[in-house]
Amino acid sequence: MTDSPRTKYMDRRGWSDIIIGAPYVWLVIFFLLPFLIVVAMSVATKTATAPPFSFGGEHPLINLQAYQRIFTDDLYLRAFLTSLANAAVAMILCLLLGYPMALALTRVSRGWRNILLMLVILPFWTSFLLRVYAWMGLMGRNSWFNGMLTDAWNFLVPVDWAVRSIPMMNTNFAVILVMVYTYLPFMILPLYASLERLDPTLDEAAMDLGSRPSQVFRDVTLPQSVPGIVAGGMLVFIPAAGELVIPTLVGNAADPMIGRVISDEFATARDWPMASAVAVALLVLMVIPTMIYTHFQGRAEGSK
Amino acid sequence: MKRSPVFLITVLCFGFAFLYIPILSMIVYSFNASRLATVWGGFSTKWYVSLLSNKQVMDALILSLKIALVSATFATILGTMAGIALARFRKFKGRVMFSGLVTAPLIMPEVITGISSLIFFILMAEWIGWPGQRGFTTITLAHITFSMVFVTTIVQARMVQADRAIEEAAMDLGSRPWQVLFDVTLPVISPAILSGWLLAFTISLDDVVITTFTTGPGATTLPLLIWSKVKLGVTPDINALATLMVVTVGLGVILAGIILNRAEARRLADERMAYRSND
Repeated sequence: MTDSPRTKYMDRRGWSDIIIGAPYVWLVIFFLLPFLIVVAMSVATKTATAPPFSFGGEHPLINLQAYQRIFTDDLYLRAFLTSLANAAVAMILCLLLGYPMALALTRVSRGWRNILLMLVILPFWTSFLLRVYAWMGLMGRNSWFNGMLTDAWNFLVPVDWAVRSIPMMNTNFAVILVMVYTYLPFMILPLYASLERLDPTLDEAAMDLGSRPSQVFRDVTLPQSVPGIVAGGMLVFIPAAGELVIPTLVGNAADPMIGRVISDEFATARDWPMASAVAVALLVLMVIPTMIYTHFQGRAEGSK
Repeated sequence: MKRSPVFLITVLCFGFAFLYIPILSMIVYSFNASRLATVWGGFSTKWYVSLLSNKQVMDALILSLKIALVSATFATILGTMAGIALARFRKFKGRVMFSGLVTAPLIMPEVITGISSLIFFILMAEWIGWPGQRGFTTITLAHITFSMVFVTTIVQARMVQADRAIEEAAMDLGSRPWQVLFDVTLPVISPAILSGWLLAFTISLDDVVITTFTTGPGATTLPLLIWSKVKLGVTPDINALATLMVVTVGLGVILAGIILNRAEARRLADERMAYRSND
Protein backbone atom coordinates (compact mmCIF):
# COMPACT_ATOMS: atom_id res chain seq x y z
CA MET A 1 0.00 0.00 0.00
CA THR A 2 1.38 3.41 -0.88
CA ASP A 3 0.73 6.54 1.10
CA SER A 4 -0.09 9.68 -0.78
CA PRO A 5 0.96 12.71 1.28
CA ARG A 6 -2.60 13.60 2.21
CA THR A 7 -3.43 10.15 3.66
CA LYS A 8 -1.09 10.91 6.51
CA TYR A 9 -3.63 13.40 7.73
CA MET A 10 -2.69 13.20 11.35
CA ASP A 11 0.96 12.60 10.78
CA ARG A 12 2.16 15.91 12.08
CA ARG A 13 4.50 16.58 14.88
CA GLY A 14 2.82 17.45 18.16
CA TRP A 15 -0.42 15.83 17.15
CA SER A 16 0.87 12.36 16.44
CA ASP A 17 3.26 12.63 19.36
CA ILE A 18 0.35 12.69 21.80
CA ILE A 19 -1.56 9.84 20.16
CA ILE A 20 1.48 7.60 20.03
CA GLY A 21 3.19 8.95 23.12
CA ALA A 22 0.50 8.57 25.77
CA PRO A 23 -0.11 4.82 25.38
CA TYR A 24 3.58 4.26 24.68
CA VAL A 25 4.75 5.91 27.90
CA TRP A 26 1.98 4.19 29.86
CA LEU A 27 2.98 0.72 28.65
CA VAL A 28 6.67 1.40 29.21
CA ILE A 29 6.08 2.48 32.82
CA PHE A 30 3.41 0.00 33.86
CA PHE A 31 4.24 -3.00 31.72
CA LEU A 32 7.80 -2.97 30.41
CA LEU A 33 9.46 -1.58 33.52
CA PRO A 34 7.80 -4.07 35.93
CA PHE A 35 8.73 -6.86 33.55
CA LEU A 36 12.37 -5.77 33.37
CA ILE A 37 12.42 -5.62 37.17
CA VAL A 38 11.27 -9.26 37.22
CA VAL A 39 14.02 -10.24 34.78
CA ALA A 40 16.60 -8.47 36.96
CA MET A 41 15.06 -10.01 40.08
CA SER A 42 15.59 -13.50 38.67
CA VAL A 43 19.36 -13.10 39.04
CA ALA A 44 19.23 -11.45 42.48
CA THR A 45 19.92 -13.25 45.74
CA LYS A 46 17.20 -14.09 48.24
CA THR A 47 17.73 -12.45 51.62
CA ALA A 48 15.82 -12.23 54.87
CA THR A 49 15.43 -8.44 54.58
CA ALA A 50 12.38 -6.52 53.35
CA PRO A 51 12.09 -6.43 50.36
CA PRO A 52 13.63 -9.90 50.37
CA PHE A 53 16.39 -9.65 47.78
CA SER A 54 19.77 -8.08 47.21
CA PHE A 55 22.20 -7.44 44.40
CA GLY A 56 25.92 -7.62 45.07
CA GLY A 57 27.19 -7.03 48.58
CA GLU A 58 28.49 -10.32 49.86
CA HIS A 59 26.53 -12.11 47.10
CA PRO A 60 27.49 -12.34 43.44
CA LEU A 61 25.99 -9.47 41.43
CA ILE A 62 24.45 -11.94 39.02
CA ASN A 63 23.29 -15.00 40.87
CA LEU A 64 22.19 -17.84 38.62
CA GLN A 65 21.25 -20.10 41.51
CA ALA A 66 17.53 -19.80 40.85
CA TYR A 67 17.93 -20.92 37.24
CA GLN A 68 20.17 -23.75 38.39
CA ARG A 69 17.44 -24.92 40.72
CA ILE A 70 14.89 -24.99 37.91
CA PHE A 71 16.96 -27.62 36.14
CA THR A 72 18.01 -29.60 39.20
CA ASP A 73 15.02 -29.47 41.54
CA ASP A 74 12.44 -32.06 40.59
CA LEU A 75 9.56 -29.81 41.69
CA TYR A 76 10.08 -27.25 38.93
CA LEU A 77 10.67 -29.73 36.10
CA ARG A 78 7.58 -31.70 37.13
CA ALA A 79 5.49 -28.53 37.31
CA PHE A 80 6.64 -27.46 33.85
CA LEU A 81 5.89 -30.88 32.39
CA THR A 82 2.47 -31.03 34.07
CA SER A 83 1.60 -27.58 32.73
CA LEU A 84 2.72 -28.30 29.19
CA ALA A 85 1.02 -31.71 29.14
CA ASN A 86 -2.26 -30.35 30.55
CA ALA A 87 -2.23 -27.41 28.14
CA ALA A 88 -1.42 -29.66 25.16
CA VAL A 89 -4.16 -32.18 25.98
CA ALA A 90 -6.67 -29.37 26.55
CA MET A 91 -5.67 -27.81 23.23
CA ILE A 92 -6.11 -31.08 21.32
CA LEU A 93 -9.49 -31.78 22.94
CA CYS A 94 -10.62 -28.21 22.16
CA LEU A 95 -9.61 -28.78 18.55
CA LEU A 96 -11.40 -32.14 18.31
CA LEU A 97 -14.59 -30.66 19.75
CA GLY A 98 -14.26 -27.15 18.31
CA TYR A 99 -13.48 -28.07 14.71
CA PRO A 100 -16.73 -29.91 13.98
CA MET A 101 -18.63 -27.18 15.85
CA ALA A 102 -17.02 -24.44 13.77
CA LEU A 103 -17.64 -26.40 10.58
CA ALA A 104 -21.27 -26.95 11.56
CA LEU A 105 -21.64 -23.21 12.20
CA THR A 106 -20.68 -22.51 8.59
CA ARG A 107 -23.35 -24.94 7.36
CA VAL A 108 -26.42 -23.71 9.25
CA SER A 109 -28.76 -21.02 7.95
CA ARG A 110 -27.80 -17.38 8.39
CA GLY A 111 -30.36 -16.66 11.09
CA TRP A 112 -29.34 -19.64 13.17
CA ARG A 113 -25.69 -18.85 12.62
CA ASN A 114 -25.93 -15.41 14.27
CA ILE A 115 -27.74 -16.83 17.28
CA LEU A 116 -25.31 -19.74 17.68
CA LEU A 117 -22.26 -17.48 17.28
CA MET A 118 -23.68 -15.26 19.98
CA LEU A 119 -24.01 -18.36 22.19
CA VAL A 120 -20.35 -19.22 21.53
CA ILE A 121 -19.20 -15.70 22.44
CA LEU A 122 -21.49 -15.23 25.44
CA PRO A 123 -19.51 -17.39 27.93
CA PHE A 124 -16.43 -15.35 27.02
CA TRP A 125 -18.10 -12.28 28.55
CA THR A 126 -19.34 -13.97 31.68
CA SER A 127 -17.09 -14.43 34.65
CA PHE A 128 -14.22 -16.85 34.15
CA LEU A 129 -14.07 -17.55 37.86
CA LEU A 130 -17.76 -18.40 37.96
CA ARG A 131 -17.50 -20.71 34.97
CA VAL A 132 -14.79 -22.65 36.81
CA TYR A 133 -16.97 -22.58 39.90
CA ALA A 134 -19.91 -24.01 37.95
CA TRP A 135 -17.86 -27.14 37.30
CA MET A 136 -16.98 -27.48 40.96
CA GLY A 137 -20.70 -27.93 41.54
CA LEU A 138 -20.94 -30.60 38.84
CA MET A 139 -17.87 -32.60 39.78
CA GLY A 140 -18.43 -32.90 43.53
CA ARG A 141 -19.11 -36.36 44.95
CA ASN A 142 -22.80 -35.82 45.65
CA SER A 143 -23.75 -33.91 42.52
CA TRP A 144 -26.31 -35.15 40.00
CA PHE A 145 -23.67 -35.09 37.27
CA ASN A 146 -21.21 -37.23 39.21
CA GLY A 147 -24.10 -39.53 40.15
CA MET A 148 -25.06 -39.91 36.49
CA LEU A 149 -21.50 -40.70 35.44
CA THR A 150 -21.13 -43.13 38.34
CA ASP A 151 -24.30 -44.97 37.30
CA ALA A 152 -23.08 -45.15 33.72
CA TRP A 153 -19.69 -46.45 34.87
CA ASN A 154 -21.21 -49.06 37.18
CA PHE A 155 -23.53 -50.19 34.39
CA LEU A 156 -20.69 -50.62 31.90
CA VAL A 157 -17.94 -52.24 33.97
CA PRO A 158 -17.83 -55.57 35.85
CA VAL A 159 -19.37 -55.54 39.34
CA ASP A 160 -15.94 -55.69 41.01
CA TRP A 161 -15.02 -52.28 39.60
CA ALA A 162 -18.17 -50.56 40.79
CA VAL A 163 -17.61 -47.27 42.65
CA ARG A 164 -19.78 -45.11 44.89
CA SER A 165 -18.77 -41.93 43.13
CA ILE A 166 -16.15 -40.96 40.59
CA PRO A 167 -13.28 -38.99 42.12
CA MET A 168 -13.10 -36.01 39.75
CA MET A 169 -12.29 -33.01 41.91
CA ASN A 170 -8.63 -32.27 42.61
CA THR A 171 -7.29 -34.28 39.71
CA ASN A 172 -5.48 -33.40 36.52
CA PHE A 173 -8.52 -34.73 34.69
CA ALA A 174 -10.62 -31.98 36.30
CA VAL A 175 -8.06 -29.35 35.31
CA ILE A 176 -8.12 -30.47 31.67
CA LEU A 177 -11.91 -30.76 31.58
CA VAL A 178 -12.42 -27.24 32.95
CA MET A 179 -9.72 -25.84 30.66
CA VAL A 180 -11.47 -27.34 27.63
CA TYR A 181 -14.70 -25.84 28.90
CA THR A 182 -13.36 -22.32 29.51
CA TYR A 183 -11.13 -22.11 26.43
CA LEU A 184 -13.39 -23.79 23.86
CA PRO A 185 -14.74 -20.45 22.51
CA PHE A 186 -11.16 -19.32 21.85
CA MET A 187 -10.76 -22.35 19.58
CA ILE A 188 -14.12 -22.12 17.83
CA LEU A 189 -13.96 -18.45 16.84
CA PRO A 190 -10.68 -18.41 14.82
CA LEU A 191 -11.62 -21.78 13.28
CA TYR A 192 -14.99 -20.41 12.27
CA ALA A 193 -13.36 -17.26 10.86
CA SER A 194 -11.05 -19.28 8.64
CA LEU A 195 -13.67 -21.87 7.62
CA GLU A 196 -16.24 -19.23 6.80
CA ARG A 197 -13.96 -17.66 4.20
CA LEU A 198 -13.55 -20.91 2.26
CA ASP A 199 -15.01 -20.91 -1.19
CA PRO A 200 -17.78 -23.57 -1.33
CA THR A 201 -17.25 -23.97 -5.09
CA LEU A 202 -13.88 -25.60 -4.29
CA ASP A 203 -15.74 -28.34 -2.42
CA GLU A 204 -18.08 -28.77 -5.36
CA ALA A 205 -15.19 -28.87 -7.80
CA ALA A 206 -13.51 -31.59 -5.75
CA MET A 207 -16.79 -33.52 -5.61
CA ASP A 208 -17.26 -33.17 -9.36
CA LEU A 209 -13.76 -34.52 -9.85
CA GLY A 210 -14.80 -37.63 -7.92
CA SER A 211 -13.66 -37.01 -4.33
CA ARG A 212 -15.69 -38.56 -1.56
CA PRO A 213 -16.79 -36.23 1.28
CA SER A 214 -14.01 -37.50 3.57
CA GLN A 215 -11.46 -36.83 0.82
CA VAL A 216 -12.86 -33.37 0.21
CA PHE A 217 -12.42 -32.66 3.91
CA ARG A 218 -8.88 -34.03 3.99
CA ASP A 219 -7.66 -32.48 0.73
CA VAL A 220 -9.62 -29.22 0.50
CA THR A 221 -11.15 -28.05 3.77
CA LEU A 222 -8.51 -29.12 6.29
CA PRO A 223 -5.41 -27.68 4.56
CA GLN A 224 -7.13 -24.34 4.06
CA SER A 225 -8.11 -24.07 7.70
CA VAL A 226 -4.58 -24.52 9.05
CA PRO A 227 -4.21 -20.81 9.98
CA GLY A 228 -7.40 -21.07 12.04
CA ILE A 229 -6.16 -24.26 13.71
CA VAL A 230 -2.84 -22.65 14.60
CA ALA A 231 -4.47 -19.44 15.88
CA GLY A 232 -7.02 -21.35 17.95
CA GLY A 233 -4.35 -23.69 19.27
CA MET A 234 -2.24 -20.75 20.43
CA LEU A 235 -5.17 -19.00 22.05
CA VAL A 236 -5.87 -22.14 24.07
CA PHE A 237 -2.35 -23.37 24.77
CA ILE A 238 -0.75 -20.15 26.00
CA PRO A 239 -3.23 -19.13 28.70
CA ALA A 240 -3.75 -22.79 29.66
CA ALA A 241 -0.04 -23.36 30.32
CA GLY A 242 0.17 -20.39 32.69
CA GLU A 243 -3.22 -21.00 34.31
CA LEU A 244 -3.53 -20.30 38.03
CA VAL A 245 -7.25 -20.18 38.85
CA ILE A 246 -8.28 -23.57 37.45
CA PRO A 247 -5.54 -25.71 39.07
CA THR A 248 -6.02 -23.88 42.37
CA LEU A 249 -9.75 -24.61 42.46
CA VAL A 250 -10.09 -28.05 40.89
CA GLY A 251 -6.50 -29.30 40.55
CA ASN A 252 -4.34 -31.66 42.51
CA ALA A 253 -2.23 -29.67 44.98
CA ALA A 254 0.36 -32.47 45.11
CA ASP A 255 1.01 -32.12 41.39
CA PRO A 256 0.98 -28.34 40.87
CA MET A 257 1.07 -26.46 37.59
CA ILE A 258 3.69 -23.81 37.00
CA GLY A 259 1.41 -20.83 37.68
CA ARG A 260 0.75 -22.19 41.16
CA VAL A 261 4.48 -22.71 41.72
CA ILE A 262 5.27 -19.10 40.78
CA SER A 263 2.54 -17.79 43.04
CA ASP A 264 3.59 -20.01 45.96
CA GLU A 265 7.29 -19.18 45.64
CA PHE A 266 6.39 -15.53 45.73
CA ALA A 267 3.70 -15.37 48.38
CA THR A 268 4.38 -18.35 50.64
CA ALA A 269 8.13 -18.93 50.37
CA ARG A 270 8.83 -15.20 49.86
CA ASP A 271 11.54 -16.19 47.41
CA TRP A 272 11.26 -13.39 44.86
CA PRO A 273 14.31 -14.38 42.80
CA MET A 274 13.03 -17.96 42.46
CA ALA A 275 9.49 -16.85 41.51
CA SER A 276 10.99 -14.45 38.96
CA ALA A 277 13.29 -17.07 37.46
CA VAL A 278 10.41 -19.53 37.02
CA ALA A 279 8.33 -16.72 35.47
CA VAL A 280 11.11 -15.89 33.01
CA ALA A 281 11.51 -19.58 32.13
CA LEU A 282 7.76 -19.88 31.52
CA LEU A 283 7.85 -16.84 29.26
CA VAL A 284 10.71 -18.31 27.24
CA LEU A 285 8.60 -21.43 26.79
CA MET A 286 5.67 -19.25 25.66
CA VAL A 287 7.80 -17.35 23.17
CA ILE A 288 8.56 -20.51 21.18
CA PRO A 289 4.94 -21.28 20.22
CA THR A 290 4.37 -17.57 19.60
CA MET A 291 7.23 -17.51 17.12
CA ILE A 292 5.84 -20.59 15.37
CA TYR A 293 2.52 -18.76 15.19
CA THR A 294 3.91 -15.55 13.69
CA HIS A 295 5.86 -17.69 11.25
CA PHE A 296 2.65 -19.40 10.12
CA GLN A 297 0.77 -16.15 10.01
CA GLY A 298 3.49 -14.48 7.97
CA ARG A 299 3.39 -17.37 5.51
CA ALA A 300 -0.38 -17.28 5.29
CA GLU A 301 -0.36 -13.56 4.57
CA GLY A 302 2.47 -13.97 2.08
CA SER A 303 0.49 -16.52 0.08
CA LYS A 304 -2.50 -14.19 -0.36
CA MET B 1 -22.98 -33.21 -1.09
CA LYS B 2 -25.07 -33.05 2.05
CA ARG B 3 -24.99 -29.50 3.37
CA SER B 4 -25.49 -30.29 7.04
CA PRO B 5 -24.32 -33.79 7.86
CA VAL B 6 -25.84 -35.41 10.92
CA PHE B 7 -22.44 -35.82 12.54
CA LEU B 8 -21.68 -32.08 12.55
CA ILE B 9 -25.08 -31.16 13.97
CA THR B 10 -24.71 -33.80 16.68
CA VAL B 11 -21.33 -32.45 17.75
CA LEU B 12 -22.75 -28.92 17.68
CA CYS B 13 -25.56 -29.90 20.03
CA PHE B 14 -23.16 -31.76 22.31
CA GLY B 15 -20.80 -28.76 22.32
CA PHE B 16 -23.52 -26.32 23.31
CA ALA B 17 -24.76 -28.71 25.99
CA PHE B 18 -21.19 -28.85 27.29
CA LEU B 19 -20.95 -25.04 27.29
CA TYR B 20 -24.27 -24.35 28.97
CA ILE B 21 -25.21 -27.28 31.25
CA PRO B 22 -22.76 -26.30 34.04
CA ILE B 23 -24.13 -22.74 34.12
CA LEU B 24 -27.75 -23.90 33.97
CA SER B 25 -27.10 -26.40 36.75
CA MET B 26 -25.56 -23.63 38.86
CA ILE B 27 -28.62 -21.42 38.26
CA VAL B 28 -31.02 -24.22 39.22
CA TYR B 29 -29.11 -25.00 42.41
CA SER B 30 -29.11 -21.34 43.44
CA PHE B 31 -32.83 -21.88 44.17
CA ASN B 32 -32.03 -24.87 46.36
CA ALA B 33 -33.49 -24.72 49.85
CA SER B 34 -30.90 -27.12 51.21
CA ARG B 35 -27.71 -25.87 52.80
CA LEU B 36 -25.87 -28.70 51.05
CA ALA B 37 -25.06 -27.11 47.74
CA THR B 38 -25.29 -30.26 45.64
CA VAL B 39 -28.29 -32.04 47.15
CA TRP B 40 -31.72 -30.79 46.11
CA GLY B 41 -33.94 -29.83 49.04
CA GLY B 42 -36.83 -27.97 47.47
CA PHE B 43 -37.30 -24.54 45.89
CA SER B 44 -36.35 -21.41 47.77
CA THR B 45 -35.20 -17.87 47.10
CA LYS B 46 -33.72 -17.39 50.56
CA TRP B 47 -30.12 -17.23 49.30
CA TYR B 48 -30.97 -14.24 47.17
CA VAL B 49 -32.61 -12.49 50.10
CA SER B 50 -29.64 -13.09 52.39
CA LEU B 51 -27.31 -12.00 49.59
CA LEU B 52 -28.95 -8.61 49.18
CA SER B 53 -28.64 -7.91 52.89
CA ASN B 54 -25.00 -9.00 52.99
CA LYS B 55 -22.99 -5.81 53.48
CA GLN B 56 -19.68 -7.50 52.66
CA VAL B 57 -20.95 -8.57 49.24
CA MET B 58 -22.50 -5.18 48.50
CA ASP B 59 -19.32 -3.30 49.47
CA ALA B 60 -17.22 -5.60 47.30
CA LEU B 61 -19.63 -5.14 44.41
CA ILE B 62 -19.47 -1.34 44.69
CA LEU B 63 -15.67 -1.36 44.83
CA SER B 64 -15.52 -3.66 41.78
CA LEU B 65 -17.89 -1.43 39.82
CA LYS B 66 -15.88 1.69 40.70
CA ILE B 67 -12.61 0.09 39.63
CA ALA B 68 -14.18 -1.28 36.46
CA LEU B 69 -15.69 2.11 35.51
CA VAL B 70 -12.48 4.07 36.04
CA SER B 71 -10.14 1.49 34.53
CA ALA B 72 -12.36 0.77 31.50
CA THR B 73 -12.59 4.49 30.73
CA PHE B 74 -8.85 5.11 30.89
CA ALA B 75 -8.12 1.83 29.12
CA THR B 76 -10.48 2.87 26.32
CA ILE B 77 -8.82 6.28 25.88
CA LEU B 78 -5.28 4.87 25.88
CA GLY B 79 -6.21 1.76 23.92
CA THR B 80 -8.01 3.77 21.25
CA MET B 81 -5.01 6.06 20.87
CA ALA B 82 -2.74 3.06 20.44
CA GLY B 83 -5.14 1.50 17.93
CA ILE B 84 -5.29 4.69 15.86
CA ALA B 85 -1.50 5.02 16.05
CA LEU B 86 -0.93 1.47 14.80
CA ALA B 87 -3.53 1.69 12.04
CA ARG B 88 -2.82 5.19 10.71
CA PHE B 89 0.82 6.01 11.43
CA ARG B 90 2.78 3.79 9.09
CA LYS B 91 6.22 4.65 10.27
CA PHE B 92 7.32 6.17 13.50
CA LYS B 93 10.30 5.77 15.72
CA GLY B 94 9.94 2.69 17.89
CA ARG B 95 6.94 1.27 16.02
CA VAL B 96 8.25 -2.29 16.30
CA MET B 97 8.67 -1.97 20.04
CA PHE B 98 5.30 -0.24 20.34
CA SER B 99 3.45 -3.04 18.58
CA GLY B 100 5.39 -5.51 20.71
CA LEU B 101 4.32 -3.67 23.87
CA VAL B 102 0.71 -3.78 22.70
CA THR B 103 0.80 -7.53 21.96
CA ALA B 104 2.87 -8.70 24.93
CA PRO B 105 0.23 -8.20 27.66
CA LEU B 106 -2.18 -10.33 25.58
CA ILE B 107 0.05 -13.41 25.78
CA MET B 108 1.69 -12.74 29.14
CA PRO B 109 0.37 -15.24 31.71
CA GLU B 110 -1.65 -13.36 34.31
CA VAL B 111 0.45 -14.70 37.19
CA ILE B 112 3.52 -13.01 35.73
CA THR B 113 1.73 -9.72 35.06
CA GLY B 114 0.41 -9.85 38.61
CA ILE B 115 3.75 -10.57 40.25
CA SER B 116 5.65 -8.02 38.18
CA SER B 117 3.07 -5.33 38.99
CA LEU B 118 3.29 -6.15 42.70
CA ILE B 119 7.10 -6.09 42.75
CA PHE B 120 6.97 -2.83 40.81
CA PHE B 121 4.55 -1.20 43.27
CA ILE B 122 6.49 -2.44 46.31
CA LEU B 123 9.80 -1.16 44.94
CA MET B 124 8.27 2.16 43.88
CA ALA B 125 6.93 2.63 47.39
CA GLU B 126 10.43 1.85 48.67
CA TRP B 127 12.24 4.17 46.26
CA ILE B 128 9.95 7.16 45.71
CA GLY B 129 7.35 6.71 48.42
CA TRP B 130 4.54 6.05 45.98
CA PRO B 131 2.08 4.27 46.08
CA GLY B 132 1.81 4.70 49.84
CA GLN B 133 -0.73 1.92 50.21
CA ARG B 134 -1.92 -0.69 47.78
CA GLY B 135 -5.63 -0.81 47.05
CA PHE B 136 -7.99 1.01 44.72
CA THR B 137 -5.24 2.94 42.90
CA THR B 138 -2.86 0.06 42.31
CA ILE B 139 -5.64 -2.32 41.22
CA THR B 140 -6.98 0.31 38.81
CA LEU B 141 -3.54 1.03 37.34
CA ALA B 142 -2.91 -2.69 36.77
CA HIS B 143 -6.35 -3.16 35.22
CA ILE B 144 -5.89 -0.22 32.84
CA THR B 145 -2.58 -1.65 31.69
CA PHE B 146 -3.75 -5.11 30.81
CA SER B 147 -7.20 -4.23 29.48
CA MET B 148 -6.11 -1.34 27.22
CA VAL B 149 -4.42 -3.73 24.80
CA PHE B 150 -7.74 -5.52 24.22
CA VAL B 151 -9.29 -2.17 23.28
CA THR B 152 -6.35 -1.56 20.94
CA THR B 153 -6.91 -4.89 19.18
CA ILE B 154 -10.59 -4.12 18.57
CA VAL B 155 -10.05 -0.49 17.51
CA GLN B 156 -7.13 -1.34 15.25
CA ALA B 157 -9.16 -4.02 13.46
CA ARG B 158 -11.99 -1.52 12.88
CA MET B 159 -9.62 1.23 11.70
CA VAL B 160 -8.07 -1.07 9.10
CA GLN B 161 -11.55 -1.79 7.69
CA ALA B 162 -12.71 1.83 7.81
CA ASP B 163 -12.77 3.71 4.53
CA ARG B 164 -9.85 6.09 4.48
CA ALA B 165 -11.33 8.03 1.60
CA ILE B 166 -13.77 9.74 3.98
CA GLU B 167 -10.91 11.01 6.13
CA GLU B 168 -9.05 12.17 3.03
CA ALA B 169 -12.15 13.92 1.74
CA ALA B 170 -12.52 15.80 5.04
CA MET B 171 -8.85 16.76 4.80
CA ASP B 172 -9.29 17.98 1.22
CA LEU B 173 -12.29 20.03 2.27
CA GLY B 174 -10.07 21.87 4.72
CA SER B 175 -10.63 20.16 8.05
CA ARG B 176 -7.82 20.37 10.52
CA PRO B 177 -6.36 17.07 11.78
CA TRP B 178 -8.16 17.23 15.13
CA GLN B 179 -11.43 18.00 13.32
CA VAL B 180 -10.94 14.95 11.13
CA LEU B 181 -10.33 12.89 14.25
CA PHE B 182 -13.39 14.10 16.15
CA ASP B 183 -15.81 14.57 13.22
CA VAL B 184 -14.89 11.60 11.03
CA THR B 185 -12.58 9.00 12.52
CA LEU B 186 -14.04 8.66 16.02
CA PRO B 187 -17.69 8.49 14.86
CA VAL B 188 -16.77 5.82 12.29
CA ILE B 189 -14.99 3.65 14.86
CA SER B 190 -17.43 4.42 17.70
CA PRO B 191 -18.97 0.90 17.73
CA ALA B 192 -15.46 -0.53 18.16
CA ILE B 193 -14.73 1.95 20.94
CA LEU B 194 -17.96 1.01 22.69
CA SER B 195 -17.26 -2.72 22.46
CA GLY B 196 -13.71 -2.02 23.60
CA TRP B 197 -15.03 -0.21 26.67
CA LEU B 198 -17.47 -3.04 27.41
CA LEU B 199 -14.70 -5.61 27.09
CA ALA B 200 -12.35 -3.61 29.33
CA PHE B 201 -15.18 -3.20 31.84
CA THR B 202 -15.98 -6.91 32.01
CA ILE B 203 -12.30 -7.88 32.10
CA SER B 204 -11.77 -5.60 35.07
CA LEU B 205 -14.97 -6.70 36.78
CA ASP B 206 -13.96 -10.34 36.42
CA ASP B 207 -10.25 -10.30 37.17
CA VAL B 208 -8.96 -12.41 40.06
CA VAL B 209 -5.28 -13.12 39.47
CA ILE B 210 -3.90 -9.64 38.84
CA THR B 211 -6.17 -8.19 41.51
CA THR B 212 -4.92 -10.68 44.14
CA PHE B 213 -1.40 -9.42 43.60
CA THR B 214 -2.12 -5.69 43.39
CA THR B 215 -4.69 -5.39 46.17
CA GLY B 216 -3.97 -4.15 49.65
CA PRO B 217 -5.60 -4.19 53.07
CA GLY B 218 -9.31 -3.51 52.95
CA ALA B 219 -9.65 -3.49 49.16
CA THR B 220 -11.72 -6.61 48.50
CA THR B 221 -13.31 -6.68 45.07
CA LEU B 222 -16.21 -9.00 44.33
CA PRO B 223 -14.07 -11.59 42.47
CA LEU B 224 -11.60 -11.59 45.38
CA LEU B 225 -14.45 -12.19 47.82
CA ILE B 226 -15.81 -15.01 45.67
CA TRP B 227 -12.30 -16.41 45.19
CA SER B 228 -11.70 -16.63 48.92
CA LYS B 229 -15.06 -18.35 49.49
CA VAL B 230 -14.92 -20.65 46.49
CA LYS B 231 -11.55 -22.04 47.55
CA LEU B 232 -13.41 -23.57 50.49
CA GLY B 233 -16.05 -25.28 48.33
CA VAL B 234 -19.46 -24.90 46.72
CA THR B 235 -22.11 -23.01 48.71
CA PRO B 236 -25.67 -22.03 47.78
CA ASP B 237 -25.18 -18.30 48.42
CA ILE B 238 -22.30 -18.23 45.94
CA ASN B 239 -24.59 -20.03 43.50
CA ALA B 240 -27.11 -17.21 43.92
CA LEU B 241 -24.45 -14.51 43.53
CA ALA B 242 -23.02 -16.26 40.47
CA THR B 243 -26.49 -16.55 38.94
CA LEU B 244 -27.13 -12.83 39.39
CA MET B 245 -23.78 -11.95 37.82
CA VAL B 246 -24.04 -14.37 34.91
CA VAL B 247 -27.62 -13.37 34.11
CA THR B 248 -26.88 -9.62 34.37
CA VAL B 249 -23.81 -9.80 32.16
CA GLY B 250 -25.51 -12.18 29.73
CA LEU B 251 -28.52 -9.91 29.26
CA GLY B 252 -26.23 -6.86 29.02
CA VAL B 253 -24.14 -8.44 26.29
CA ILE B 254 -27.17 -9.58 24.32
CA LEU B 255 -28.70 -6.10 24.59
CA ALA B 256 -25.44 -4.38 23.62
CA GLY B 257 -25.08 -6.81 20.70
CA ILE B 258 -28.55 -5.95 19.41
CA ILE B 259 -27.98 -2.19 19.77
CA LEU B 260 -24.57 -2.33 18.09
CA ASN B 261 -25.96 -4.45 15.24
CA ARG B 262 -28.78 -1.95 14.67
CA ALA B 263 -26.39 1.01 14.77
CA GLU B 264 -24.05 -0.71 12.34
CA ALA B 265 -26.91 -1.55 9.96
CA ARG B 266 -28.14 2.06 10.09
CA ARG B 267 -24.63 3.39 9.46
CA LEU B 268 -24.20 1.11 6.44
CA ALA B 269 -27.57 2.19 5.11
CA ASP B 270 -26.63 5.86 5.58
CA GLU B 271 -23.34 5.26 3.80
CA ARG B 272 -25.13 3.62 0.87
CA MET B 273 -27.61 6.50 0.74
CA ALA B 274 -24.78 9.02 0.74
CA TYR B 275 -23.03 7.28 -2.13
CA ARG B 276 -26.24 6.93 -4.11
CA SER B 277 -27.17 10.61 -3.81
CA ASN B 278 -23.72 11.44 -5.15
CA ASP B 279 -24.29 9.57 -8.41
